[in-house]
Amino acid sequence: MSTAVVTVNRGLFRGLNLRQKTLLIIGSTSLLLLAIVISSVFLEGESLQTDFGSKNLAPSLEHPFGTDWMGRDMFIRTLEGLGLSILVGGFASTISTVLTVILGLLSSAGRSADAFVSWLVDLFLSIPHLLLIILISIGMGGGATGVIIGVALTHWPSLTRVVRAEIKQLKTQEYIHISRNLGRSKWWIATKHILPHLVPQILLGTILMFPHAILHEASVTFLGFGLSPHEPAIGIILSESMRYLSAGYWWLAFFPGLSLLIVVLAFDIIGENLGKLMNPKNAHE
Amino acid sequence: MVKNEKIAGFIGKKTLRLASLLVLVCFASFMLIQYSPIDPVRAYIGEMPVTPEHKAQLEEYWGVNTPPQEKFLNWAGDIIKGDFGTSLIYRMPVINVIKERFTASLVLMGISWLFAGFLGFVLGIVAGAKQGTWVDKAIKIYCYALAAAPTFWLALVFLMIFSVYLGWFPIGLSVPIGVTADNVTFFDWVQRLILPALTLSLLDVAKIAMFTREKLIEVLSSDYVLFAKARGEKGMDVVLRHGIRNVALPAITLQFLGFSELFGGTVLVEQVFSYPGIGQAAVAAGLRSDVPLLLGIVIFSALFVFFGNLIADIIYEFVDPRIKQQEASI
Repeated sequence: MSTAVVTVNRGLFRGLNLRQKTLLIIGSTSLLLLAIVISSVFLEGESLQTDFGSKNLAPSLEHPFGTDWMGRDMFIRTLEGLGLSILVGGFASTISTVLTVILGLLSSAGRSADAFVSWLVDLFLSIPHLLLIILISIGMGGGATGVIIGVALTHWPSLTRVVRAEIKQLKTQEYIHISRNLGRSKWWIATKHILPHLVPQILLGTILMFPHAILHEASVTFLGFGLSPHEPAIGIILSESMRYLSAGYWWLAFFPGLSLLIVVLAFDIIGENLGKLMNPKNAHE
Repeated sequence: MVKNEKIAGFIGKKTLRLASLLVLVCFASFMLIQYSPIDPVRAYIGEMPVTPEHKAQLEEYWGVNTPPQEKFLNWAGDIIKGDFGTSLIYRMPVINVIKERFTASLVLMGISWLFAGFLGFVLGIVAGAKQGTWVDKAIKIYCYALAAAPTFWLALVFLMIFSVYLGWFPIGLSVPIGVTADNVTFFDWVQRLILPALTLSLLDVAKIAMFTREKLIEVLSSDYVLFAKARGEKGMDVVLRHGIRNVALPAITLQFLGFSELFGGTVLVEQVFSYPGIGQAAVAAGLRSDVPLLLGIVIFSALFVFFGNLIADIIYEFVDPRIKQQEASI
């Protein structure tokens, strides 16, 4: 299909090729996320400043997201909440990725180990994800730790499934057979032949896990599990705002949620563009 | 004959799987709760002050000090008999709570599931058929945004727009205040169902639409579609005759595989709209340490997800003609 290859190169960054454009998108989105995290760290504690002289203000230039019933600036609270969400999401994705790598390598070790891994994946996927997080977080004693552990321990199954399928396919390759016939140990094959193939996929899987982890963390906090009410988490901000909905304070819920959406979208964009860069199949586009 | 054997094998395999899954889910969730710091006596009496003797009596009565294995066997034995215990919050048998709540949720989930499937499929077909045009781009952006939107936020936004600002729907509560559940008119009930169902379905739309779009594009770039075009079939005709037939089954399968996410969405949506379904009960049970109810809901939700997967498997194994052909050729 030669006609499809002629990619449209218009718009603002006409001078760049697609690879450069993709890099630009990845760079600027990462910068945005980084800025959010850094500013949230620097703003630590800032959000608790109450100012009853300016409570329940609609969005204005001074308070872009408005203020709540204690006069706290919603923009700062949102920023801090996002930072917290990203950090929790990062932690959860890292743990889940480590679990994926361990279980993936385990499943390549032998038949019974593989059966065990697939059984574990099935077990975790058999309960609705949100309910599972609630169950684990209660089992771990609730609170912030409970929620973080719950989110961290439940995001590996789908990636593990992908990795397992990939490993199965890799194991049928000839060079692996040859390697085995030459007397390499299972462990050697797993780390030297199989793992390098999986690295890009696992990396991508981790980034795409981020948005899920963030949304789940926000959902569980919204439902009232975990983080304490004075913590500036997005879930808590939104569940608080529910009490003021009928009063018409729409900004309390609208902007924090929208910001969360943008953060999630940013991770999706980074993931997708990285996937484009790493996949040689569509490198020609 | 071969067919019957296959069906018998399939049923056998699935029954075994269901049984092992249930045992596993029961055991794992029981142990998780058993070793959690929840104090069942505290959960039962709430904030009431009690004397230590009285507490010891209660502990004796509830069997707090029985060893875990024995406790599990007692509990599992009761569950096999169909006795899920008594809910601490609702003060009635767990099975009754679940029956009532799950029915309400099934109505909500069923409606949104059907609506989402239909709308998503149509959007996906349109986007795929018009690949690269502005319609496609608009649908794609819409889907990306929806997939990234937090469920409960969308629910809140809808609540603000339709209930607070426009005043079309009541804010929360499935029954008007001061009316018993038996006297709710059909209209009241429908009016309270529309917003939750709409929210729940809109989120599901994104997934199915993107999937249908990808599949359709794949089908449309296949050789037989090229051939059909060479024979003179054009435009929507190709899509209707060749596209939809090939895309429909995988899309339906995917829709059945989404029961787990559907359940998660329901939990959040019910919470925002105070819809008295299973999700709300699950959250209440979790927050107030109602262990029997929580375990019961976990078991039933696992069943729910299992049946979704089962139906998807049945479609895959028995309905899809391509699988049959593949088997014949092997």
